[in-house]
Amino acid sequence: MRVGVITFPGTLDDRDAARAVVAGGSEAVSLWHADADLKNVDAVILPGGFSYGDYLRCGAISRFAPVMQLVIEAAGKGMPVLGICNGFQVLCESHLLPGALTRNSDLHFLCRDQEIEIVNNSTPWTSSYKAGEKIVIPLKNGEGSFQCDDKTLAELEGEGRIIARYVGQNPNGSRNLIAGITNARGNVVGLMPHPEHAIDELTGPSAQGLGFFTSILNVMVK
Amino acid sequence: MALDTVLIAQSTPDNLQPFAELGLKPDEYARIKEILGRRPTSSELAMYSVMWSEHCSYKSSKVHLKQFGEKAPKSDALLVGIGENAGVVDVGQGYAVTFKIESHNHPSFIEPYQGAATGVGGIVRDILTMGARPIAVMDPLRFGPADAADTRRVLPGIVAGVGGYGNCLGLPNIGGEVVFDETYIGNPLVNALCVGVMKHSDIKLAKAAGAGNLVVLYGAKTGGDGIGGVSVLASETFGAGGSTKRPSVQVGDPFVEKVLIECSLEIFAEDLVVGIQDLGGAGLSCATSELASGGSGGMKVALDKVPLRDPSLSPEEILMSESQERMCAIVEPSKINRFLEICKKWDVTVTVIGEVTDGDRLEITWNGEVIVNVPPRTVAHEGPVYNRPLAQPAYIDQVNSQKVNVTLPSGAAEIKAAVLKLAGTPNLADKSWVTAQYDKYVQGNTIQAQPDDSGMVRLDETTHLGVAISTDANANWSYLNPYQGAKLALAEAARNIATAGARPLAVTNCLNFGSPEDPGVMWQFAESVRGLADGCLEMGLPVTGGNVSFYNQTGAVAILPTPVIGVLGVIQDVRKRTPMSYKTSGLELFLLGETKEDLAGSEWAFLHGQRVGQSPDADLAREMRLIELLLEGNAFFTAAHDLSQGGLSAGLTEMVLRHSVGATISLSNPAVDLLSETPGRVIIAIDASKVSQLQALSTKYSIAISKLGTTGGDSLTINDCVISLEELRTAHTSTFPRLFG
Repeated sequence: MRVGVITFPGTLDDRDAARAVVAGGSEAVSLWHADADLKNVDAVILPGGFSYGDYLRCGAISRFAPVMQLVIEAAGKGMPVLGICNGFQVLCESHLLPGALTRNSDLHFLCRDQEIEIVNNSTPWTSSYKAGEKIVIPLKNGEGSFQCDDKTLAELEGEGRIIARYVGQNPNGSRNLIAGITNARGNVVGLMPHPEHAIDELTGPSAQGLGFFTSILNVMVK
Repeated sequence: MALDTVLIAQSTPDNLQPFAELGLKPDEYARIKEILGRRPTSSELAMYSVMWSEHCSYKSSKVHLKQFGEKAPKSDALLVGIGENAGVVDVGQGYAVTFKIESHNHPSFIEPYQGAATGVGGIVRDILTMGARPIAVMDPLRFGPADAADTRRVLPGIVAGVGGYGNCLGLPNIGGEVVFDETYIGNPLVNALCVGVMKHSDIKLAKAAGAGNLVVLYGAKTGGDGIGGVSVLASETFGAGGSTKRPSVQVGDPFVEKVLIECSLEIFAEDLVVGIQDLGGAGLSCATSELASGGSGGMKVALDKVPLRDPSLSPEEILMSESQERMCAIVEPSKINRFLEICKKWDVTVTVIGEVTDGDRLEITWNGEVIVNVPPRTVAHEGPVYNRPLAQPAYIDQVNSQKVNVTLPSGAAEIKAAVLKLAGTPNLADKSWVTAQYDKYVQGNTIQAQPDDSGMVRLDETTHLGVAISTDANANWSYLNPYQGAKLALAEAARNIATAGARPLAVTNCLNFGSPEDPGVMWQFAESVRGLADGCLEMGLPVTGGNVSFYNQTGAVAILPTPVIGVLGVIQDVRKRTPMSYKTSGLELFLLGETKEDLAGSEWAFLHGQRVGQSPDADLAREMRLIELLLEGNAFFTAAHDLSQGGLSAGLTEMVLRHSVGATISLSNPAVDLLSETPGRVIIAIDASKVSQLQALSTKYSIAISKLGTTGGDSLTINDCVISLEELRTAHTSTFPRLFG
């Protein structure tokens, strides 16, 4: 399995995501924002960071990077795509996912160990988990509050497209405690907290984030 | 204003120049004239004024700081010492680590967010300039009283600025301090530390060698921000049309810096630079004069080529601008094309602005006319040196002759109240409100971060080699006795990394003081430097660099003498570190070190408004034996936690709350045992089967041990005083949210 990890100028968690891909059993392939091909990858991860300095809005400029046109095309054909944190914001700006991520309700950047519940385990990124499984992984962002209109929210809820919810007190004001969602087809996933920082108890709060990176192997088995 | 050239300066020797407004003394101005054999041009005057400022020239501190060289212990670890952008130490396996701490105090008071943000940005560029990838930051902060109105203005902005810049760079924030005292009300201290890693062969120095090599400026364009940030200059002195009254606080753009870091590391990896210097304080004046003096001295720069954000800037302003996110490199002509290519890949603005010459003068032109022609060493390194008068201030004898006179708690109810009070007092309360605004996980190598005793990062994923860093200061002790205070801070920082199992290797410092023109302050400074130099010699730890921040005072009131000491250590296998707390019941808790009635300078005395008495004496021989004990005991300790401010009371509070496992403690003299701050003490948790091993270490290193109790339960129980973890947690964690929202 070849999993591409995109680096935009200002991306920060690309090395961490690549490390997690390898720990999950796949090969990590570096993709540059200006690349004109996806180097034959089977899946793509958009890592966290502050791409293009988060100028205008988070993800608003990255959405126009050459590599994103390829990602949008490939996603349309069913390629698994995972956007973490800033990557989630880029996916929303690219309209691969609905809604938007806005400032945390308390207006502070928040870095903490966060419990989330995996609600939908049928995506290529969550199939290693049991439905209802609770895991603790880092949450770290300034704009993590998921917002959308009532109609979209009803669709997300009704179609089972919420893949993870925050457990306990709402950390950032996200509607319906949404930590992650998927598209109608189920191949594109956006997640606010960081599973790539929880692959090893030595450097993270747990190793429970690894499931996102082992799940992708199940796609090939199928 | 007409361009002032060298030719004009020669023909108009008697023109009056605003040297006093630029912060130069008459004799300093006379010396510049003597060096040049004529009056300086306005550009030369601008350069000398910023480079001869206290901040850049260390003119008041130099005579004292030289002790760090004179008393330097023999060390094989030191690869690059004081004088470069940052010191570099060998940590084994071919890795070298560079670390340094700097202050950004005044800008952070005026504009908290930008002041703190650019403080982080500046120290990160210093580390990058050595050829290293920055891997972590720390930030010791000090503020006025926690409940003061101005603290509510300053603290949230500074915390957001440290986070906003560091988070965007992708640097984990692994520790620091937050301390409150009324003397910092008009002078908050923002000290920022950065650590970076490289291979030995990748070390870069600030030197412009090789005639014909190119001088390349890359990074952000130059604007009018931060002009004269290091001197007392106001920008209107030059009266340039349309762009006066600019802020003297720089404005940072962390995205540009992040791109600059990645671009620079790619350039370094291909070995494309001969020398490099970042543009920080004093901007291009500093970078060109330091690079030129690092080589043979000859350099020509065409200042009109510098890319500008504001085209109305005058040459003088361009020389003094402290616009952030800029670097200056010396590149061989054969390598310039590749250099430009890499900059293009990262969309980094890059311009060749000059070349190295075989002369010994730094010559700067503006549209072909020579506006600067100076021997660069006289700008960069041969500034004035003052041996300022110093005198022990009158307060010393007064406070030293008094004894701390506070009521000590007695009985279960009073003990409980005292423990809860310390748990919640702003200096000791849980700092999550601050640290939750910092990314500690990015890069995936953080092993320890606040609230651990030290920050620890992994350098190598295969061999598990890592480094640990702690920064400490105890200004209360430094106030009572600056000599001992500096030594005690050094010992505490070293102990804080040894508790985790890291061996102390090298020292950096950020010396924050009041006005050097006050002989009492100058005495505090001199005593602190003497104490630190003596302490480093005794402990065998070289000082690799540091920073002096003077003039931290409002009117006649100086801040407490605050020498912040950073110690870096190495740990061979981060997987084997000892954490600061335990997760299981039934372990035995021991205290290493004896407790005396040391209440002078303690948090308990501070809470009772008493800053009197005599600080403890630092017993560094004993501290070194304790460190050896900790390093050997690392093999079987379950947890180890340093005791400092707040003594045993604070130490136990932090340990039991970390993983919500309580403890039952038995103390013979609970009030003093809990509140005293005798230095050189550590709490450890061990399995009951390891007690005899601990006793053997105690004998081997002559360190007293005493049993405190056992772990377990959902309370901290001290003799007959029971404090539930719930009420202890509430006391500990509610303070910051209550004060700062």
